[in-house]
Amino acid sequence: CPRAAAAALRRAYHGDKVATVGSQPDVASPVYQENYERMKALVTELQQQSEKIRFGGGEKARKLHTSRGKLLPRERIDRLIDPGSPFLEFSQFAGYQLYGDEEVPAGGIITGIGRVSGVECLIIANDATVKGGTYYPITVKKHLRAQEIAMQNHLPCLYLVDSGGANLPRQAEVFPDRDHFGRIFYNQARMSSQRIPQIAVVMGSCTAGGAYVPAMADESIIVGKQGTIFLGGPPLVKAATGEEVSAEDLGGADLHCRKSGVTDHYALDDNHALHLARKVVRSLNYQKKVDVTIEPSEEPLFPPDELYGIVGEQLKRNFDVREVIARLVDGSKFDEFKALYGDTLITGFARIFGYPVGIIGNNGVLFSESAKKGTHFIQLCCQRNIPIVFLQNITGFMVGKDYEAGGIAKDGAKMVTAVACANVPKITVLIGGSYGAGNYGMCGRAYSPRFLFMWPNARISVMGGEQAAMVLATIAKDRKAREGKQLTEEEEKTLKEPIIRRFEEEGSPYYSSARLWDDGIIDPADTRLVLGLSLSAALNAPTQKTEFGVFRM
Amino acid sequence: VRKYSSAKGQRNIEKVLVANRGEIACRVMRTARKMGVKSVAVYSDADRNSMHVAMADEAYFIGPAPSQQSYLSMEKIMQVAKKSAAHAIHPGYGFLSENTEFAELCNKEGIIFIGPPSSAIRDMGIKSTSKAIMSAAGVPVVEGYHGEDQSDNCLKEQARRIGYPVMIKAVRGGGGKGMRIALSEKEFKEQLESARREAKKSFNDDAMLIEKFVDNPRHVEVQVFGDQHGNAVYLFERDCSVQRRHQKIIEEAPGPGIKPEIRRKLGEAAVRAAKAVNYVGAGTVEFIMDSEHNFYFMEMNTRLQVEHPVTEMITGTDLVEWQLKVASGEKIPLTQEEISLNGHAFEARIYAEDPNNNFMPGAGPLLHLSTPPSDSCTRIETGVRQGDEVSIYYDPMIAKLVVWAEDRQAALRKLRYCLRQYNIVGLSTNVDFLLDLSGHPEFEAGNVHTNFIPQHYDELFPPKEAISEVALCQAALGLILREKIVTDTFRMQSGDKFSPFASSSGRRINIPYVRNLTLLDGENKVNMTVTYNHDGSYDMQIQNKSFHVSGDLSSDGDLDCIRCSVNGVVHKSKVVILGDAIHLFSPEGSEQIGLPVPKYLSGVGSVGDQGGAVAPMTGTIEKVFVKAGDKVQVGDPLMVMLAMKMEHTIRAPKAGIIKKVHYQEGSQANRHAPLVELVEEDSESE
Repeated sequence: CPRAAAAALRRAYHGDKVATVGSQPDVASPVYQENYERMKALVTELQQQSEKIRFGGGEKARKLHTSRGKLLPRERIDRLIDPGSPFLEFSQFAGYQLYGDEEVPAGGIITGIGRVSGVECLIIANDATVKGGTYYPITVKKHLRAQEIAMQNHLPCLYLVDSGGANLPRQAEVFPDRDHFGRIFYNQARMSSQRIPQIAVVMGSCTAGGAYVPAMADESIIVGKQGTIFLGGPPLVKAATGEEVSAEDLGGADLHCRKSGVTDHYALDDNHALHLARKVVRSLNYQKKVDVTIEPSEEPLFPPDELYGIVGEQLKRNFDVREVIARLVDGSKFDEFKALYGDTLITGFARIFGYPVGIIGNNGVLFSESAKKGTHFIQLCCQRNIPIVFLQNITGFMVGKDYEAGGIAKDGAKMVTAVACANVPKITVLIGGSYGAGNYGMCGRAYSPRFLFMWPNARISVMGGEQAAMVLATIAKDRKAREGKQLTEEEEKTLKEPIIRRFEEEGSPYYSSARLWDDGIIDPADTRLVLGLSLSAALNAPTQKTEFGVFRM
Repeated sequence: VRKYSSAKGQRNIEKVLVANRGEIACRVMRTARKMGVKSVAVYSDADRNSMHVAMADEAYFIGPAPSQQSYLSMEKIMQVAKKSAAHAIHPGYGFLSENTEFAELCNKEGIIFIGPPSSAIRDMGIKSTSKAIMSAAGVPVVEGYHGEDQSDNCLKEQARRIGYPVMIKAVRGGGGKGMRIALSEKEFKEQLESARREAKKSFNDDAMLIEKFVDNPRHVEVQVFGDQHGNAVYLFERDCSVQRRHQKIIEEAPGPGIKPEIRRKLGEAAVRAAKAVNYVGAGTVEFIMDSEHNFYFMEMNTRLQVEHPVTEMITGTDLVEWQLKVASGEKIPLTQEEISLNGHAFEARIYAEDPNNNFMPGAGPLLHLSTPPSDSCTRIETGVRQGDEVSIYYDPMIAKLVVWAEDRQAALRKLRYCLRQYNIVGLSTNVDFLLDLSGHPEFEAGNVHTNFIPQHYDELFPPKEAISEVALCQAALGLILREKIVTDTFRMQSGDKFSPFASSSGRRINIPYVRNLTLLDGENKVNMTVTYNHDGSYDMQIQNKSFHVSGDLSSDGDLDCIRCSVNGVVHKSKVVILGDAIHLFSPEGSEQIGLPVPKYLSGVGSVGDQGGAVAPMTGTIEKVFVKAGDKVQVGDPLMVMLAMKMEHTIRAPKAGIIKKVHYQEGSQANRHAPLVELVEEDSESE
């Protein structure tokens, strides 16, 4: 076993011994137990909600779909990827409670990364059981986000198309803007130009704008008597020219494989189409060139579910982020950097599934020192081409007269500059609070991390609900005072409560995920796996050199 | 090398040519090697890479595959004998072993023929002669009347002389036609007339013969040995009653339920028979035995029999060694008093054949072959290895499994234990049938007779039961674990060895990975769902039943052993996944579980359904009934193929139109070759 041999070899050098982090938690303590139970409840809820989403548009729609000899979208993905290999699905909660009574499970589209013929590919599959696979605004956003992931990480794209096109009643939110429907094809063209393969498998309708997905693809496959591609469907043709034509004659597989040349491969059924898609990927001559050092992967020393008891649901409770790191990294080995300086920010090197990572985690509010330490560490990672993992649990940068005078804005800006400019893969996990400028310094969504995931206990907002209510109450009090009045306790309560409620609701990971402010909510116990999959995917892209902007000194 | 002539008129055998192939050639060479005798093999085109060629010290090519032009060609074999300067020729069994001419040719050429004198072969080869000789020597024979006088009275008189029950048989009869049994004189006339009527109708000839009728007889044979010094001994009897297609498949020694007194009588009768023809070497005297243990001489086989190992096992002898010694002029190594019977032995013949299709002989590659380990009590007599082919040109016997134990019950137990470990993939075999047969209570009780298989047909061929869910779970696990090995191999070859994408965990985000799997139990599709658990176990569901499954696969060469826990019960079996089938071999028996061939592959795969009109085995196309453009219905005959000496009608597997006929009459088609191109009417496109 080469792994054991390598481990033995490493042990042989005494000086190479790496200190491990983490400690045995007091599992009997009431705090641990309460934390564990409440986090466990959140995870259970997450799994139950995900399970519902897994079934797409409901039993009736599924039956209708399969009765046509079609495979369900998740089954299509299962059969497309290498048997038994994992699938890193994104944003299951896209569209969650977003359109009132209209449920759009997973946003009507399933996206994720899986290995096809040994190549990590970005897969986008329409779910025709959800509103006929039509594009809601969130569907467009999720499709574009998936393409962005493909672009950033240089992943071949496989489009399993089965969609009625844009959702007509919502055309205004789907069609005209920059990041609307048209961007899909723009991305396809740009990616193709960057030698990121674009492969379309037409397994159902592909109407109007949707027709461009296979048409813009490098190589396309269509399922006979099932897939159709046309700019205008039979009803539109009849309305426009009076011509009466069947969908099959207008844009079926025979037409497109024999006459029009819009598609390249004729599949007998879904299974055949997926088989052909796997063959196409094999013919890509795609090589993943990992330009980081790889070491044998080791499991952490501590079981991952201890994270439930350590972190818990209540964000006000402090925990040492090193305990989290100990449950994520190979062998719980963490080489801490600047351990004695700016200790509200923990930085250090480790490995996850053998890949090197620099980890930045919060252990409290950011001070000038912590921000400068973070900046330094990001520079190191960029210099060494080491991906960075941000474990975000941040209330913000320290405020107050002394700190403003000490230039915390300037030091915070250094960190934000470093984060913004860093071109190494960045992966962010929201493991607790994400408030204010802390979100920026810790690589929030705006800083284009390659991937961003949330734990179910996480909260994201410009500030805490209570703080916001307090700020607004203070302003109201001041206004009343100017008018010579006083804010009654009753008035203050009616003012504060809806704000707290609103912040609570909008800060929820489900609210965030529904709007695609993240790439998904994950079980804390799965974090190591998700990070490993994300890193593996990210390392498909060739290294880009980082050039930092001006650091205000 | 200088040759010294022998002092005592003995002829030294230093080199023996084995004029045979397969297991018996290997068997003879093994003893030759043990005795320091060099062995010479001959081989046909089909046997270039065969085991007997590899085993021999020298090997000579003797011609094309058909045995007429190779193993039966006396001149060619004699040429090799001279060229290789062999002192003796061992003919094995079959081929030239009972050929008088060949024995004489050897004699003429001064090469020792390991077998009896040609006169003994000749005498024993003619039924009436042999019976007369035996009768004269006081060996009981089956009484009969074969005379010209066909009057009712004469026949009735003869029947009385022979003793009831008697068999009335048409002289020109066959296939049971014109054959009647008369249990007593009272029914004689009626049965005679009935037989005559039928014979007249069937053969236009109503001449009858009368024979003693033995109901459900046993086939008991005695191994004898003679030498050139006038000695002859017997090595007890073998029971070879259980037969199919008039061929033995399971033999044992000694005969079950035979008392020592009968045994001695049998032996002495056999020795008398041997002495009557001045027999030299190994021979077998065959008797039929009725339920009262009366026995009657049938014939004498003047060769070493296929089933000789069971005798060796109970007497502790090596009969090939005896043959070589006796042929070189030595005396029989043991006297009658020194030969003792010890324990019980069974031999099961493992054939490439399909018991469910009237034991139709088969041929093909031995894609996977694993055998029980051999030891002093377990012999694997075979001439093939994994990867070899069972050729259509020769006997489809793959091996003989011979076991010995202290008593019959123990030997039978061991036989079944070993049969379960005899695992073959690639062609149909009779292993499972042998297991059913040897496990039958009547067989266990020793109640064997030549009619055993037809009598117990229903129990031996029970309707196929559905494959057990436990077996399906094992198959599914085997499939998943095999996949994992493929994935791991790919992973270790890549530069990105530890990526979690390269794992086989099937992990999904927040939801379980539930995999739909379809297996085939014969023609029936079995749908199952497999849920991948995080701890590496699986929850499998078949219809409404759930199974918690875990286990591992250990590979030993190309042999996968699966240890599979299903709902807490651990099962161990061998699993072989080849082509579109999963073969499971467990102590409970073997199962073949199919994997559905996807629609898109069925047209191109090697076993290409392609409409399924494929050659069942290699053979010659005898007749073609269809031409391109013909419309056919399911089951319509398309061609007749001649293979393994049998006619096979190839029928349309589905309705459609013949697009092309790939073979003309007289041409040779390989196994699984598509014979016609058949398209369904509605699927002209793609």
